[in-house]
Amino acid sequence: MSLSVVRPGLLTTVQDLGRLGYQHLGVVLSGALDAVALRVANLLVGNPQNAAGLEITLLGPIIRFETDSLIALTGADLSPTLDGQPAPLHRPVAVWAGTVLAFGAARAGCRAYLAVAGGLAVPQVLGSRATYLRAGLGGWHGRALRAGDELPVGTFSPVAQQLWQLLAPASWSAPWVAARWLASPALCPTPHAQPVIRAVRGPEYEQFTEASQRAFWHEPFVITPAADRMGYRLQGPALTRDTAPELLSSAVTFGTMQVPPGGQPIVLLADAQTTGGYPRLAQVITADFGALAQAAPGQALRFQEVSLAEAQALYLAQERRLQELRQAIEWKLDSLSASV
Amino acid sequence: MSAPETSITTAFQPSPQFFPLGDAAVVVQFGESISLATHLAIQSLNDYLGQQPFAGLRECVPAFTTLTVYYDPWLVSEQGHYLPYERVCAVLQQRLLSAPPAPIVIYHTVEIPVCYGGDLGPDLAAVAQYTGLMPAEVIARHSAPEYLVYMLGFAPGFPYLGRLDARLATPRRAEPRTLVPAGAVGIAGAQTGIYSLPTPGGWQLIGRTPLRLFDPAANPPTLLRAGQHLRFVPISETEFHCLSHEP
Repeated sequence: MSLSVVRPGLLTTVQDLGRLGYQHLGVVLSGALDAVALRVANLLVGNPQNAAGLEITLLGPIIRFETDSLIALTGADLSPTLDGQPAPLHRPVAVWAGTVLAFGAARAGCRAYLAVAGGLAVPQVLGSRATYLRAGLGGWHGRALRAGDELPVGTFSPVAQQLWQLLAPASWSAPWVAARWLASPALCPTPHAQPVIRAVRGPEYEQFTEASQRAFWHEPFVITPAADRMGYRLQGPALTRDTAPELLSSAVTFGTMQVPPGGQPIVLLADAQTTGGYPRLAQVITADFGALAQAAPGQALRFQEVSLAEAQALYLAQERRLQELRQAIEWKLDSLSASV
Repeated sequence: MSAPETSITTAFQPSPQFFPLGDAAVVVQFGESISLATHLAIQSLNDYLGQQPFAGLRECVPAFTTLTVYYDPWLVSEQGHYLPYERVCAVLQQRLLSAPPAPIVIYHTVEIPVCYGGDLGPDLAAVAQYTGLMPAEVIARHSAPEYLVYMLGFAPGFPYLGRLDARLATPRRAEPRTLVPAGAVGIAGAQTGIYSLPTPGGWQLIGRTPLRLFDPAANPPTLLRAGQHLRFVPISETEFHCLSHEP
């Protein structure tokens, strides 16, 4: 089981849910920037939620499936096609060997995810298949995909086998068949052109001037071209502190909004270093990591303050929806197999 | 050296403060400044949570004055039945009460062979000039103390070390290098450290170790960890090349 890379696209990497458990050694988390999108894609093809898939950035790759595959596309709408026909997002799709996946214009968002039943079977490094480009760690030889790469795919789970049998009739007239159902829109929101990102106060919030605090919650901040998987440098009103005590390095993580002396904030993403010494003004809530990750350079972000209790309620609601999707797929398969 | 220092742990420590770092982490702050007592208290809780994790604990990241505890709110709340942050704080309060007063894990001192000066330590002369010391004295003072690894961060396996000889403090280079090799040993202000990966950097490079501080194929993947002590051992260039992984 494998897929091959005909053209690599702008930045296509193997990602799972990250390298958990090594941050105390300085090893960054990595993993999908829009983790919910990858989890949904995995659920749709019967994979464990942390299976490795492809993270596809703005300009998509051309991928050929070398074996019959069950796939799902989520996240950004980068105008995907299968053998030249528009391919649907957010549903399982059975594809014959030889089918070619390509992408076109970025319609909404900038990171699409491709899950393949069985998961990308690249070797685990420190318990994860996520690519960490700066250290050349994990993924496919520690790097972004290149033309000619042939990635191994694991074996179908029992759920994937059932989904495959459901979708693939005995003889096909088309190179691919999509399910007639899809994941709930609540789990697959269309990325917004002017996203409002919710955040809670960071540990050093109180050190900032009232004017800076107000500006942060009320003014737009534009994502500069200095944006990668480690973080986005933002441009907006300068944010300054009343007092500037020397800070000792402490933990930073995905979503941490830190403010270097220049006053222009940086919001950290999955490849963030594990510790930092800049004041932490705010922390983006986990439920909005996807919206943040789907915003591209040039886009303006607005930040909205929420309480910790609200942030955690939104976190739990998101987990509940993922749980419901998993159950819905299982029930669907149960009812169909019972009716046969 | 370690015996008299360890007794500091019995000195009075104010109770740690808790604050959230977003919706899936809590920071336990043990003090306001770098001290051995604070470090030992952090290591103690870190070790204890490592041995007796609570349901939903993801990982802990020790720093100079903080232990950041990452957790899964879904598991901690037992799928939404409890408020996750309050629950984690309550668990940590209880763990703090029952944690032993000193770190559970005691590490051996790690010896780091370093070839000082020459091509491997191109800024040794600059440090000597700035400090008014002879290069040999810079080497002697740098390799004399036992350094405590307070924390790892910045890059995989990169140690933040304590106790650089105050006479060796030298400002960073005016022009940072675009590429510093892994293993480079440097000084920046009152800090000394070892680059664990090739990166750009502005530290004054006084030598290089042939050891790999980060090796993803090894278990554990880093040579060092917080709570360890290390000593720099001067070696010759020939010894460096014998020990080096490079061809």
